[in-house]
Amino acid sequence: MKRSKNIAVRNIAGKPLRSAVLVILAALLSLTVCAGTLIVRSLRSGLDSLEARLGADVMVVPKEASQKQSFENIVLQGSTGYFYMDKSLMDKVTGRDGVGKSSPQFFLASASAGCCSIPVQIIGFDPDTDFTITPWIKRSYGGELGLFDVVIGNDLNAFVGDSIKFYGVDCRVAAKLDKTGTNFDTAVFTNADTIKQLIRASLDLGMNSFESLDPDNSVSCVLINSDGTRSPEEIVNDINVHVKKVRAFRTGDMISGISSSLSGVSDVIGVMIAAVWLLGLVILLLAFTMSVNERKKEFAVLRAAGASRGKLASVVMQEAVITGLAGSIAGALLGIAAIVPFSKAIENALGLPFLTPDIASAAVPAVMSVLLSAAVCALAAAVSAVRISRIDTALILRGDN
Amino acid sequence: MSVTAENITKEYIRESKGTNRFAAVRETTVTIESGKLTVLKGRSGSGKSTFLNMAAGLSRPTSGRIVYDDRDIYSLSDRELSRLRNEYTGVIPQGQSAIFSLSVMENVLLPFTLYRQDGGEQKARELLEKLGIAHLENAMPRELSGGELRRVSIARALVKKPALILADEPTADLDDENTELVFDLLKTAAHEGAAVLTVTHENGAEDYADALWRMDSGTLEVIK
Repeated sequence: MKRSKNIAVRNIAGKPLRSAVLVILAALLSLTVCAGTLIVRSLRSGLDSLEARLGADVMVVPKEASQKQSFENIVLQGSTGYFYMDKSLMDKVTGRDGVGKSSPQFFLASASAGCCSIPVQIIGFDPDTDFTITPWIKRSYGGELGLFDVVIGNDLNAFVGDSIKFYGVDCRVAAKLDKTGTNFDTAVFTNADTIKQLIRASLDLGMNSFESLDPDNSVSCVLINSDGTRSPEEIVNDINVHVKKVRAFRTGDMISGISSSLSGVSDVIGVMIAAVWLLGLVILLLAFTMSVNERKKEFAVLRAAGASRGKLASVVMQEAVITGLAGSIAGALLGIAAIVPFSKAIENALGLPFLTPDIASAAVPAVMSVLLSAAVCALAAAVSAVRISRIDTALILRGDN
Repeated sequence: MSVTAENITKEYIRESKGTNRFAAVRETTVTIESGKLTVLKGRSGSGKSTFLNMAAGLSRPTSGRIVYDDRDIYSLSDRELSRLRNEYTGVIPQGQSAIFSLSVMENVLLPFTLYRQDGGEQKARELLEKLGIAHLENAMPRELSGGELRRVSIARALVKKPALILADEPTADLDDENTELVFDLLKTAAHEGAAVLTVTHENGAEDYADALWRMDSGTLEVIK
C-alpha cells in the first residue's frame, strides 16, 4: 500500500467537494484579474495602435462628411465608407501658416457584389508625402507599392501573392500587416495611383454614389503635422475660420472620445474585479473557517500524536496554497482562453480598438493574477491557520468543543 | 521513563457559576511508574481526563510541574514538547479520533508520517491483527463502526512503542471480548517497560491494574 507522507494533500483528495469549491473560488479570483487586466491592456494597446496609425496632429475632411456620425470610425478605425473633396481645398488648407507635413488620403469601400472579392475599406495614400501609413507598412513590407499592388490587414483571408478583385480590377497582395485591434485589420491599403483607378472603376460600374467625381482632382482627407510655429489647436481654428467646405479636427480630440470610453470600461472592469474579490475573499474566509471548524477534532488528534502548533497551521496553509495555486492557474488559463480567441467579438461588443497582447505579454498578467489569487487564498487561510494553532487540544479531545 | 506530577493543580475560570475559580485537579504529587499499568477511576467530572491531558503535555497545569525523567515538560518550547510527545508518548483520546481523509493504516502510521519517518508498518500490522481489524487496513474511517475506530486510535497510540501510554476511556465503545483484548495489550506494553495510565469507568479494570488510583472532585487518592 502506498503510504501518505503529506497530510494536506490527503485532506484535499479526501474532501473532493470542499476542495473543488476552494479551487473554483481561487479560479474565479484569478480569472477576473487575468481577464480584466487583459481586456484593459488590449484596449490600451488598441488605443496606442490607433494613435500610432494616425500619427498626425490635424485631420481635415469635407464639411458634409464631418456631419455624419460614422466619419470618425471611417478615418480613425478603418470602417467602410467614403467621402471626397476637391483637391483645390487641400491646396488651400496646406497653404495655411503653421502647416508642416501634409498628405492626402483616399477612401473607397469595396462592394460585396461579384465585382469584388471581399467587402472592405480601401485606403489610398500618397507615397511621396505620406507620414502616417508608410512607417507602419514598412514594418511588414520594405518594397515600393506598384500599380495595383495592395497591402492587406491582418484579419483578411488572403496571402502575399494572392490576387484579389475590386470593381473588376485585379490587385496583387504585396504584404500583410501586423494586427492593430481596429477595423484597419480588415482594410486594404494601396498607393494613390491604384486607388484612383479603383475609384474610376467603381464609377464606371455605377457603384459609387459620387457620380460626377473626378478621381484625379479629389481627396478624402488631409493629414497635417504642425511645423512648430503654431499649435495644432491654432491650425485647426485657422482652417475652420478661413477655409470653407472643410472641417479640421485635432486628432487628439478625436481619440479623446475613445480614450474616455476606454477609461469608462477600465473603471467598470476595476469595480467588477473589486466586487468579485471582496465577495471571493469573504467566501474564502468562510470556507476555510468552516473547513477547519468541522475538523477541530482531527487537528486535536494530530496534536495528540505529536504535531506542534506550527505544524497544524502548516497543514492548513499547505491545503490553501495547493488548492489556491491549482485554482489560480486554471483561472488564469481560462482568462487567456476567454479573451485572446474572442478579441474580435469583444472589439465589436465594446466598439473600441482592441489589440490583444501576444502570448509572452499575456503571460505577465496571467502570472500576476496567479500570484495574487494564491496569495489571497493563503491570506484567507492564515486566519484559520492561526485559530487552529491556538486550539485547546485537551478541551476538544474531551468532546467539549 | 518515570513520569512525575509534582504539586500540580488545574483551575478553570467559571464566571457563570457564581464562583470564579473551579479546581478541576487539586494539588497532587504522584508518579506514573514505568513497567506498570496504572488504572485511574472516578466519577464523570472528577478531573481524571484533565490529569491525563496535563500528563500528556496537552494542558498546562495552573501550578506545579510534570517531569519526564528529569525534564519539566512545560518548560520546553511547543515544538520540543510536541516532538517529545511524538517520540515518547502514546495518547488514546476519548471518543472516536481518526483523520477521515487517511486510511486505517495511514491513521495508525500517523505518528511516523507527522515527522516524515519511515518504518512502523510491521508493528502497525501486528497491532491491527491483535485488535482484530487487520482486514480493514485499507478501509477509510467512514466505513468503520465506533468500536473499530476506537481500536484504530489504540493502534496509533501504540505503534511507536512509546515509553508513556495515556489512555482516556480506551474501551468505551468495545464489547467485553475487545475490552479484555485492549487491557491485555496495555498490560503487555506495561510489562515491556512502558508507563501506562488508563482512565476508565470499566468495572473489572482493577483486575488488570498494577496500580490503582481514584479521583474524587479533583483529589487523587492512591488505592494500590
